[in-house]
Amino acid sequence: MKHRLASAARASLSLVLLPWLAGCQEGVLDPKGPIGMAERSLILTATWLMLLVVVPVILMTLAFAWRYRASNRRARYEPNWDHSGKIEAVVWAIPCCIIAVLAVITWKSTHELDPYKRIEADVPPINVDVVALDWKWLFIYPDLGIASVNEMAMPVNTPVHFRITSGTVMNAFFIPQLGSQIYAMAGMATQLSLLAHEAGTYRGMSANYSGAGFSDMKFNAIASDRAAFDAWVEKVRAQGAPLDVPEYEQLSRPTERAPVSYYSQVRPDLFSAILRHSAPGGMMDQHMAASPAARQTAMRTGRESGAPHAGHGAATAKE
Amino acid sequence: MLGKLTLSAIPYHEPIVMGAVGMMALGALAVVALLTYFSRWRWLWSEWLTSVDHKNIGIMYIILAALMLLRGFADAIMMRTQLALASGGGAGYLPPEHYDQIFTAHGVIMIFFMAMPFIIGLMNLVVPLQIGARDVAFPFLNNLSFWLTASGAILVNISLGVGEFARTGWLAYPPLSGLAYSPGVGVDYYIWSLQISGLGTLLAGVNMIVTILQMRAPGMTLFRMPIFTWTALCSNILIVAAFPVLTVALALLGLDRYVGTHFFTNDAGGNAMMYINLIWIWGHPEVYILVLPVFGVFSEIVSTFSTKRLFGYHAMVWATVCITILSFIVWLHHFFTMGSGANVNAFFGITTMIISVPTGVKVFNWLFTMYRGRVRMETPILWTIGFIVTFVIGGMTGVLLAVPGADFVLHNSLFLIAHFHNVIIGGVLWGCFAGFTYWFPKATGIKLDERLGRYAFWCWFVGFYLAFMPLYVLGFMGMTRRLNHSDNPLWQPYLYVAAIGALVILCGIVFQVLQVLVSIRDREKNRDLTGDPWGGRTLEWAMASPPPFYNFSETPRVTDIDAYWDMKAKGLKPRTEGFAPIHMPSNTPTGVVVGGFSIVLGFALVWHIWWMVGLGLAGMVLSAIIHSWFDHHGYEVPADVVARTEAENARRAAAGTAMQEA
Amino acid sequence: MSAHLFEAPGGIVAPQAEAHAAAAEHHDAGQMVSLGFWIYLMSDCILFAGIFATYAVLSHATAGGPTSHELFELPYVLAETMILLASSVTYGMGMLAAVAQKRGKALAWLALTGLLGLSFIVMELNEFHHMIAAGAGPDRSAFLSAFFTLVGTHGLHVSAGLLWLVVLMSQVAVKGLTETNLTRLSCLSMFWHFLDIIWIGVFTIVYLMGVV
Repeated sequence: MKHRLASAARASLSLVLLPWLAGCQEGVLDPKGPIGMAERSLILTATWLMLLVVVPVILMTLAFAWRYRASNRRARYEPNWDHSGKIEAVVWAIPCCIIAVLAVITWKSTHELDPYKRIEADVPPINVDVVALDWKWLFIYPDLGIASVNEMAMPVNTPVHFRITSGTVMNAFFIPQLGSQIYAMAGMATQLSLLAHEAGTYRGMSANYSGAGFSDMKFNAIASDRAAFDAWVEKVRAQGAPLDVPEYEQLSRPTERAPVSYYSQVRPDLFSAILRHSAPGGMMDQHMAASPAARQTAMRTGRESGAPHAGHGAATAKE
Repeated sequence: MLGKLTLSAIPYHEPIVMGAVGMMALGALAVVALLTYFSRWRWLWSEWLTSVDHKNIGIMYIILAALMLLRGFADAIMMRTQLALASGGGAGYLPPEHYDQIFTAHGVIMIFFMAMPFIIGLMNLVVPLQIGARDVAFPFLNNLSFWLTASGAILVNISLGVGEFARTGWLAYPPLSGLAYSPGVGVDYYIWSLQISGLGTLLAGVNMIVTILQMRAPGMTLFRMPIFTWTALCSNILIVAAFPVLTVALALLGLDRYVGTHFFTNDAGGNAMMYINLIWIWGHPEVYILVLPVFGVFSEIVSTFSTKRLFGYHAMVWATVCITILSFIVWLHHFFTMGSGANVNAFFGITTMIISVPTGVKVFNWLFTMYRGRVRMETPILWTIGFIVTFVIGGMTGVLLAVPGADFVLHNSLFLIAHFHNVIIGGVLWGCFAGFTYWFPKATGIKLDERLGRYAFWCWFVGFYLAFMPLYVLGFMGMTRRLNHSDNPLWQPYLYVAAIGALVILCGIVFQVLQVLVSIRDREKNRDLTGDPWGGRTLEWAMASPPPFYNFSETPRVTDIDAYWDMKAKGLKPRTEGFAPIHMPSNTPTGVVVGGFSIVLGFALVWHIWWMVGLGLAGMVLSAIIHSWFDHHGYEVPADVVARTEAENARRAAAGTAMQEA
Repeated sequence: MSAHLFEAPGGIVAPQAEAHAAAAEHHDAGQMVSLGFWIYLMSDCILFAGIFATYAVLSHATAGGPTSHELFELPYVLAETMILLASSVTYGMGMLAAVAQKRGKALAWLALTGLLGLSFIVMELNEFHHMIAAGAGPDRSAFLSAFFTLVGTHGLHVSAGLLWLVVLMSQVAVKGLTETNLTRLSCLSMFWHFLDIIWIGVFTIVYLMGVV
């Protein structure tokens, strides 16, 4: 009997916990690098700390409501009892203490996890310049002279230093299993350092809505040992077409579900040119101005079924 | 002649849109038919639409909110079914062009045209009664505020059938919302409907502040104000301080779109980050504009239904004031991932956490109000208990998101969506429902059906957890918001459960609609004759239900926080003779007319019909000028009319008390 | 014993006292309008604060276009400023006359105020016209967008004030200096002086700091 009770309890417990445990797979609770690990432990610490108040409050709510229900005439009733210095001191003090602890943790962790902070390691970092486009990701390896779309690779246990911008609207660069996301905004470069200490292919995405093709704005981040990474670089170099300004123009036109593609011979100043494009006389000024309208055209032609809503809007594009 | 407007603006080959438009048209037609059949047009016009009575205006706000709740919920259930159907790599039934409008409209409608009118409606209905006032400070302005809000709502709904709505998310971040990336009229509908309703909200805020500061009954010092009035005061101060920033943000976005300026464009020096800052400098206080009054509602309810004084009244007030002030220095937590330095992020993270201290104090005070009380488990307190349990979870996830390091992986994920629905449904919306149930008898003289109310509560409660707990998990699994479809098999079961949750909530809404209909059908049985159906503590319960149009026959004198409880304890009875005449403001059609012209103006601006812009603007200004030209002396209610009304109410109350005793 | 609900037990309020209270209520109306309008002005102040902040952020984003040094002519703007300040003085005189129930005098001062306000607007439009003609319109750069918006929003407020002034003057002319009209005049007075203060901010932050 006892045994059966226990197993029933265990079964029901696992029923409750299972969905949450499943949440660990592939997500931010299943990190594969130091940033993600630190963030997971931060989430867990903060959650436990807050549960110290939240659980008692929920239990007290239910207990008080039950104990002092109107039909329970045995419970003490003091209709004019509306103040207690002791209780008030405690209810101000408890949240204050928790928040004080949390504030210290926050201050420290925010500095430690500052996306701009470089990760210290014995090996030199890999530099990757990321450009959010409609609706795909362009990864430029400035030191290697190659670039790729919707796929990036990195050697394990090597810091990767990203500079991130957008050739279009705002997006957010995010590889959940490696940690921090950061916005990609036109005309400026944000920075992020990540590191994978386990080989694998991790899902990457845009975490900030950017228009019709947003849902498929995904990429794979391949972490592998040095040899495999070098092989990947060689593959890109071998298969890739040159990436110059006209080619970039072509690439930056709005497309959905863009296939993985590779580029070699990337102009070294391409990223800074994209970054500067909004500056007057910038290298791609006129082309850039043309781009948004092209985006609308693509939206219109790309999806015949949704024509009326997208259609007349595009027809009035000023550009 | 018609600007950008052509026949192709009407999406007649979109069955879903046309279906929705058809339903709306049918609904409107049914209302028209009923009004005509019962020849109630004159009644509608002179008793309601042109009314300057704060109670009627409050009720109209709440009706608007209820209608918009249905519209916003229709959007919600479409989103949940789309995501469930399109979770296996399929396209679902809503392409992004349509789906993206739906999630934008859902957010805009639920915040601006459901939650705001509901809150403002409750404040309108209750605050003057609680402070013993004849009406609000500026009754005509009150009517105008309502019509401007309603006009904004109408404009949003016009976008369903004529043109499109924004496809940008509810805050319309540029550059996506700029002309270059959103050349259609959707964002223009967004801008003008919010500008028009925002003006209404601002005027309502000014009105309510003056009302509370100037029109309290003698003896009601600030620290004898009912707690709901306190929260209303703070909320309206936030409105007046925050809404101008929204006006600026939207105006600058509008200039970018209409005049070709470069505030937020990618080129010529524009800076989209500034919009994001401005919109959240409004947006965060907005959260407290919504939630503070419902804190007040819960405080009133928990005290009334525990048959006990509110625990820690002063702490409650100071907590409210703290939150009001702190709400202005936390906005950056909405975009920790923008790359501000660690010092800035940490500062805003910590200020955000500090808000949880006064909020926590409030929760404890509600608990200790129940402690040593006699808690009567009727629907208002069910909502309250459901709220406390749910809100602390939402508060916890909120503080978690306030830790920048945690936010870096949770930002813009479904975890965030789950969090703010957790506080907005579990807090604001349930607070509105609790207040609705609590004050419905006061406003109408009819108590709501208790059984259906309980069904509705349990459906909402269970439905909420089913719909949003999976989203927390999905957020941890790395699912972002505003996705149209997904192909991750791990996400699929959670999306199914969330969709089921939405259906359970739908049942809750059906029960609520039934509850209102059944209660009105059985009105004789549900009549509140005494005016004090719950054993109330504040002044609104000191009068008949529904209150006479002039509210109090004489100004009450207040000696305690629980003014009416105090009077009952002292055995004071209402006056039966020696009434004085009462001066009342007259109804006016100006509000309706200005509101109508504001729709014309908004519609014309959306479609670039410039002559019509002139017409709408001139109409609004001239109506106001003409209104100002006439004296509005109001009218006098003779003493004997007051005496008759009061005698009749006294007779009903006596009958009611006799029935209660029998 | 049946004491009344709404008062301290012990006496019925005499009708006379009620009448007095009603009169007091009526008197309060003007005060309430003033308080309400003042609160509205505070919110307007925040609106301007938002635009000022925007200007501060964008004032160097000239995108290769003309800068404030090249565009602003201080003497001209100083003249504008003086005219607007003078209009505040004349409004004050008008208000004094109105309170003293001197209708003709009040109207004359108000008319002068209107003229000064109108000249301010005309001068501002002239400045805008020249800048736009010289290719320095609001669509040239973010700096100019912010400049035109800030100065233009103030100008729109002044224009609205002028319209209001005309309406009020005709109301005073037709109905005299009634209590309602006096309340409205004092609201417009607050508005007018408020716009002066805002303009001093504009003059300092936009023009002076832009040239220095």
